[in-house]
Amino acid sequence: MSEAAELKGWTDGADAILYQSCGACRHLWYFRRAFCPSCGDASPQTHRASGRGVVYSTTIVRRAATPDAKAHVPYAILLVDMAEGFRMMAHGDSDLRIGDQVVAEFRPFTGLRTPYFVRA
Amino acid sequence: MSFISGVGLTAFGKHEGRSTLDLMTEAAEGALSDAGLRRADIDGLLTGYSTTMPHLMLATVFAEHFGVRPSYAHAIQVGGATGLAMAMLAHELVEAGVAKTILVVAGENRLTGQARDSAMSTLAQVGHPDYEVPLGPTIPAYYGLLASRYMHDYGLTQADMAEFAVLMRNHAMLHPGAQFHDPITVADVLASREISSPLKLLDCCPVSDGGAAFIVSREPTSDHHVRVLGCGQAHLHQHVTAAKSLSDVGAAVALKRAQDKAGVGLSNIRYAGIYDSFTITLAILIEELGLAQRGESAARARGGDFGISGALPLNTHGGLLSYGHCGCGGAMAHLVETQLQMTGRAGQRQVRDASLALLHGDGGVMSSHVSMFLERVR
Repeated sequence: MSEAAELKGWTDGADAILYQSCGACRHLWYFRRAFCPSCGDASPQTHRASGRGVVYSTTIVRRAATPDAKAHVPYAILLVDMAEGFRMMAHGDSDLRIGDQVVAEFRPFTGLRTPYFVRA
Repeated sequence: MSFISGVGLTAFGKHEGRSTLDLMTEAAEGALSDAGLRRADIDGLLTGYSTTMPHLMLATVFAEHFGVRPSYAHAIQVGGATGLAMAMLAHELVEAGVAKTILVVAGENRLTGQARDSAMSTLAQVGHPDYEVPLGPTIPAYYGLLASRYMHDYGLTQADMAEFAVLMRNHAMLHPGAQFHDPITVADVLASREISSPLKLLDCCPVSDGGAAFIVSREPTSDHHVRVLGCGQAHLHQHVTAAKSLSDVGAAVALKRAQDKAGVGLSNIRYAGIYDSFTITLAILIEELGLAQRGESAARARGGDFGISGALPLNTHGGLLSYGHCGCGGAMAHLVETQLQMTGRAGQRQVRDASLALLHGDGGVMSSHVSMFLERVR
């Protein structure tokens, strides 16, 4: 296996955002898979993202569903269009607006470390 | 060709002590009786799912409990779109000759059968288990993201969204089975507490107990029946993160497929039953379906177009927002109300002309779409 296949992202407990791309059809995506969801190619490449992006949408959660998450209320959930060309969900500052240039940090949330965006 | 020959609907709200099977049974009894049928006439059975009674085989559990022995039966699940997806499947099965008389039924004690937090966290699991759910989103958060972006792109305001909550409440006040009967104003919606910005409490549908059922048959079995003209689906994404667009989510694709089957133009539609889990859901769907221009649905609601005496009456039972939402049965109430309107049986809510109707449902976070055209038969 290539070195890239061993990269770890925030869903594995590492302070990093990963994405994948397909060498065969140039498709690019966020949710990790062992194949390209566009053409089926079985050897996608995994990359570490820069952490830079633009806010696509925001919401402030004031009513959480789990006891763990309630301890963090209110918290912002964002969709961020990343510089590399994929979209991701993350936390971030509550005053962020659509179109803001942002950069990722990692902060604790319900026992995990999750991506948290602040203005770039 | 298939007909919806009978409908059954329980009141939505609190049914303390009543189970999923109890509520399904009450709705099924109603539909059978309305269609003038007995249990032995049922040769097909479709059910949805129940979050308070998860089971691998809900259809056959219900068949045994209710006392039917169908030659075709199973449950299906596409979230909130399940009810209309079952109606479409029943139509296709009847057309294909697989069954002649299909009972479609769903019900759930979603409100009293579990803790509120349990309902919320179960529903939030439609999110991605690794990339979304760990961030603590809720269903209102997913739709809050949709709403923020839609407001940004099309100039929709919170007062615009509130207009739909008021409209649904006005309708529900005329239906004894609705969960909510107290009048509300746009100001009330705006003053209600924020759940996930920009959505306020009154922008969100409630969690309800309830059940709904209908009979889809090859021949009309009652003198009050409507004809299914054609249906279509679209499934462009599951997770909001993976949606290519938050304003072209698949509704128009499903509609086009249904139109191709039905051979009718949108301008001929006289009544609409549109999924309204949140006020923003209704606004986006109305506009993507082309029932109003982008950004103009609220102005049309304000002008009375979607009211009982308007040009295009919509969800005259009060919709999910005010009749209530019990899961799979939630959007089936839209179909039940449409059938009653088309057959002139809607009482004080009766509209002038429901000769041709469009139904549209969505499941997940605007993930699964089903459109259906119904025609009045005299």
